Amino acid sequence: MSTTTTASPNEAKLWGGGQSPFSSEYGKVMMWYFLMSDAFTFGAFLISYGTVRFSTNGWPNSNEVFKSFPFAPEGVNAPLVFVSIMTFILIISSVTMVLAVHAGKNMDKQGVVRNMIFTIIGGIAFLSCQAWEWNHLHSEGAWWGMNPFLNADGTASTTNFTNFFFTITGFHGFHVFSGVVINIIMLIMTLLNKFEQRGHYLMIEKAGLYWHFVDLVWVFVFTIFYLL
Amino acid sequence: MSQSHSDQEAHNAEAMAEIKKVTIILSVFTIVELILGFWMMSMTSAALKLAIKGTIVILMMAKAFYIVAYFMHLKHEVKNLIMTIIVPLSLFVWFIGAFLWDGSSFRNLRNNYNPYFKEQSTIKVEKKEEEHGAAKHEATEAKHETIGTSHENAKPAKEPYY
Repeated sequence: MSTTTTASPNEAKLWGGGQSPFSSEYGKVMMWYFLMSDAFTFGAFLISYGTVRFSTNGWPNSNEVFKSFPFAPEGVNAPLVFVSIMTFILIISSVTMVLAVHAGKNMDKQGVVRNMIFTIIGGIAFLSCQAWEWNHLHSEGAWWGMNPFLNADGTASTTNFTNFFFTITGFHGFHVFSGVVINIIMLIMTLLNKFEQRGHYLMIEKAGLYWHFVDLVWVFVFTIFYLL
Repeated sequence: MSQSHSDQEAHNAEAMAEIKKVTIILSVFTIVELILGFWMMSMTSAALKLAIKGTIVILMMAKAFYIVAYFMHLKHEVKNLIMTIIVPLSLFVWFIGAFLWDGSSFRNLRNNYNPYFKEQSTIKVEKKEEEHGAAKHEATEAKHETIGTSHENAKPAKEPYY
C-alpha cells in the first residue's frame, strides 16, 4: 500500500490533508494576497497616469520640477539628487528589515530589536524627506488642482501632472506611514518578549513582507515620476 | 548536535551572502538608473531618449524581481503559492498594453479631429511673474499677443525651457 502511494510522494502528501499545501503559515499567505490586491491598486493608479500622459501632447519636465534640495540656496538646479537620497533610504531600510527577519528566524531577539530600530528610523527619514518635498512644491504653488509648471516645450500644462503626483506619492507615503506604525508595534511586541513566548518570530516576517512591498512600489513610483 | 549546529551556521552564512549580493545588485541598478537619468537630460535625439527609457524600465523590472524573489522570499516558497500570486499579476501585461495604446490613440484622434486641442497645445506661454492657476488664461492671452505684436515678444518665452 505504502509503496504504491509513494509514486509521487510530494503530490500525495501535499494535498492529502493534515498539512498546509503551501507549507506556509496562514497569516503569511493572506499577507501575500493582500499585497497582490494592493499591487493592483497601485498598478491602476500608475497605468491611469500613463494613459493620461500618453493622451496629452505636452507634459512637464520632471527635471525642471524636482530640482530643489533642502537648505540649498533658492534657484539651485539639482535634479534627481534629493529623490535618489530618498530611494537609497528606502533600499537600506528594506535591507535592515531583511536582517531583522533573518535574526528572527534564529530567535535572536537582540538582532531583531536592533534592525527593527534601523528600519523604523529609515521609514521616518523617508517620510520626513517626502514631507519636505511636498511642502516645497506647495510653496511653489503646486497642489491638487494647481500646476505652476509649464510643459517641457513651454506650452500651458493641465493640472493632471500635479493631481497624479500628489495622489500617487501620497498613497505611497500613507503606506510608508502605516508600515512605520506596524514596525513600531512589532518592536514593542519584541521588547515585551511576545515572540519569545510564542516560540517564533513569524509576525516580523509578515511585517517585513509589507515593508518590502512599500519599497517595491517606490521602485516603480520613483522610476515613473522622476526618471521617465 | 555539533553537526546540526555547523549546518545552521553554514545556512546562516549562505543567507547573509545572499542578502549582501541582492543589496549590491539593487544599489548598482539604482546608480545606473540615475546615471542614465542624468545622461538623458542633455540628450536631444528622441529615439535615443526612448532607448534609454526602455533600459530604465528593464532595470526597474529587474529591481522588482530581486526585491520580490529574495527580500520577500517568494523564490523559496512552494511553487503553487508562487503561481497563485504571479498568474493574476500577469494581467498587468494586458492592462499596460491596452491602456497606453488607448491613451495614444485618443491623442491621435484629438490631434486629427479637434483643431482647437491641437492649436492649444502648440501655443507657448510667456514666462512671467504670473499667479499660478492662471495657466489656461495665460495661454489664450499669449495667443492674442502673438497675433497682435511682433515675434520678439513670443520668442524668449521658450528660452528657459530646454
